[in-house]
Amino acid sequence: MEWLRMQQWSPYAVGIGIGVLSWVTFVLSDKPIGCSTAFARFSGMIERVFRGDKTLTKPYFKQYAPALTWDVMLVIGIVIGSFASALLSGQFQLTWVPQLWAATFGAAYVPRLLAAVIGGVFLGAGARWANGCTSGHGISGTLQLAMSSWIAALCFFAGGIVTAFLIFRVFGA
Amino acid sequence: MLTKLHSNQRLQLVLGLVVGIAFGFLLQKGGVTSYDVILGQLLLTDFTVVKVMLSAVITGMIGVYALRSLGLARLHPKSGSIGSTVVGGLLFGVGFAVLGYCPGTISGAIGQGSLDALIGGTVGILLGSWLFATFSPKLQKPVLDKGDFGPVTLPEVLKVNPWAVVIPAAGLLTALLFALERFGW
Repeated sequence: MEWLRMQQWSPYAVGIGIGVLSWVTFVLSDKPIGCSTAFARFSGMIERVFRGDKTLTKPYFKQYAPALTWDVMLVIGIVIGSFASALLSGQFQLTWVPQLWAATFGAAYVPRLLAAVIGGVFLGAGARWANGCTSGHGISGTLQLAMSSWIAALCFFAGGIVTAFLIFRVFGA
Repeated sequence: MLTKLHSNQRLQLVLGLVVGIAFGFLLQKGGVTSYDVILGQLLLTDFTVVKVMLSAVITGMIGVYALRSLGLARLHPKSGSIGSTVVGGLLFGVGFAVLGYCPGTISGAIGQGSLDALIGGTVGILLGSWLFATFSPKLQKPVLDKGDFGPVTLPEVLKVNPWAVVIPAAGLLTALLFALERFGW
């Protein structure tokens, strides 16, 4: 079982594995893999703690109930699976600032956390706005040849590439 | 189709968890739960993310369309519009680069101990999703419904047998991966 302890697998092996996993979810669960709906449900669960059942009257939460559903379990599973993989390979490590960020903007954690919060707001709103993320549109939707998903995936990368170049090649240069 | 299994809600929750564990394991082994790898992709210096995604799409596409032909699966293409897909997609892209993770890979990043993902990114995503959930009724008519094209697939748009798109698409995407390797990415 040495391969389970490897630090990194070939990206093609990983991609084929994810592709096979999509066959499994289509057959056993009649669902494509997607991750961003769960975050909207989590946000509804948090709102419900403060506002009670009034949260459930929001049209969005009527459509996507803030409850423990298949997609919420999926996201919880990702945390566990990644933790197991990192533990087996000895890569589990608490870190505040990623290397590339530290090399450009310094190792202080406040600027990095601020950027992560701001980026997260755009990412979370954008995913729900576009009705899917890199997994729901980028992998599951494109493999179904859905028109919305191919357009979304191109926009994810177009927006991402331009912004990354602005951050690292213009501001960080 | 396994409709009895699909309607067993408790079992589905377990399946969701098991699939998630496998997905998270694969994402971490692929290296794509790391900020440096994702930013490397967006800065076009490291093509790991594209390699993982495209090989997943090729494998998934052939398998899911075959399972559909066998009557074991049905498609769930998402609806789209210019106001929703393009505007939302570009907003997502900005967030993708600023945060350095996406909703799936951030969950994996949390699992491997990245605290910027757990404490910064997750708070942001929850806030962003909540803002959209709260204000989406106001955006519906003026933005989200603009340029609606519905839940169509490319074979439907081209009015051809799905395999007439699946096979060339698989060939084209495989060629793209070979080209990436050939040119040293």
